[in-house]
Amino acid sequence: MTTIPRDQWYVAAYGREIGHDLFSRTVCGESILFWRTEAGEVTAMSDRCVHRRFPLSQAPSRLVGDAVVCGYHGFTYGADGACVAVPGQTRVPRTARLRSYPVVEQDSFVWVWIGDPARADATRIPRAPWLDSPDYATVSGMEPLAARFGLLVDNLMDLSHETYLHGGYIGTPEVAGTPITTEVDDAAGIVYVSRHMDDAECPPFYANSTGLTGRIARWQDIEYAPPCLYKLHSRIAPVGSLPNPDGTDPDAFHVEVVYAITPETENRTHDFWAVARDFALDDTSVSDFIAEQNRTVVLQDVAALDVLEQVIATEPAGYQELSINIDTGGLAARRMLTAMLQEPATAAAR
Amino acid sequence: MDIEPVRMLTGPGVLRVVWLPGSDQLQGTCHCGAAHVADGPVEVWDWLLAHPVGHGPGRRPDEEEPPTPGRSSPSPVPAFA
Ligand code: FES
Ligand SMILES: [Fe+2]
Ligand SMILES: [Zn+2]
Repeated sequence: MTTIPRDQWYVAAYGREIGHDLFSRTVCGESILFWRTEAGEVTAMSDRCVHRRFPLSQAPSRLVGDAVVCGYHGFTYGADGACVAVPGQTRVPRTARLRSYPVVEQDSFVWVWIGDPARADATRIPRAPWLDSPDYATVSGMEPLAARFGLLVDNLMDLSHETYLHGGYIGTPEVAGTPITTEVDDAAGIVYVSRHMDDAECPPFYANSTGLTGRIARWQDIEYAPPCLYKLHSRIAPVGSLPNPDGTDPDAFHVEVVYAITPETENRTHDFWAVARDFALDDTSVSDFIAEQNRTVVLQDVAALDVLEQVIATEPAGYQELSINIDTGGLAARRMLTAMLQEPATAAAR
Repeated sequence: MDIEPVRMLTGPGVLRVVWLPGSDQLQGTCHCGAAHVADGPVEVWDWLLAHPVGHGPGRRPDEEEPPTPGRSSPSPVPAFA
């Protein structure tokens, strides 16, 4: 049985990945062809020719203006996926049309709707405005994960694992040692997990990027909008410093860590990560440091989850997990994902 | 005891679980204000999800109860564990 909710928006790519070239990515088991039209719009359609299913992203298939010409026998499709020419005859079969996907470019991401196009509502795409805001400096990347996307959701919803898996990078003893508060809003489709460490060791990731040394206040506020968008609002400040009542927070450093968790197939995942900061905006050495550190941390997770996927894929059925307090948010996320599988129509209508 | 570190989500149907300070216990609070202290996350979610039967997401506990004939008020009740 599938674990991938349909009738949902997923991040397929960063906008920068798609130019006036044929670009293919598999999302939720569907091979999708992307390109940017001459007017600059991203377009998304099936990457399988309707004739004999040759991949349209595969050379010698090519773009000619705003049309893609299949490299096998020359079926030619417009930006809306409709076939405009076939070889040797003037009549184009009426049904010659590639499946096209609703697509929205927003917050540096290219979002694609997987499911019934009639249900696509772009206003329901969760936002991550920092990623293309001039008030933040952002580094980002994407790592392939050979594991089901639910394992990455589990991983990100419980940051106590930082202490063990990411010691020396972002993990310190206080992360695993500090209680969390969890909130769920089914109508809004949000799971929120808050961990406020008021007197904690400063891990190298933040010491070297902020210049703060010694003890810090470190707040981690997770906001997950299942299935795809995960945001970690990270606040780093001198011990004792609090935000002002009006919301300003001049003594703190703010880092918005964003993940887009996109199933490639049932057992593989696109692990998009981005880190936006509101300090040292023009300091490329800080950007380089954060990019290198965060990629290292992501790859530590990837290595662990790739192993876990193999364990799960080869174990006998019926393994009983044991959940403890740190899993409160992860269990809430799982429940919301399960509900989306059972009632895709309801989930989409919310 | 103050068990309200920060209230993050503001919708009318928010379910909330607070790890009680200095303990290993979790307190689940329904959007109606009813609360339950549990020894783990499976128990706390089971309770919270079973509890709202009969009252969908509606008012926060500080809001006025609109007239609903034939139904008892979902006013806050003390925690039972
Ligand atoms: S497979 Fe594309 S034209 Fe034949
Ligand atoms: Fe991690
Ligand atoms: Zn209730």
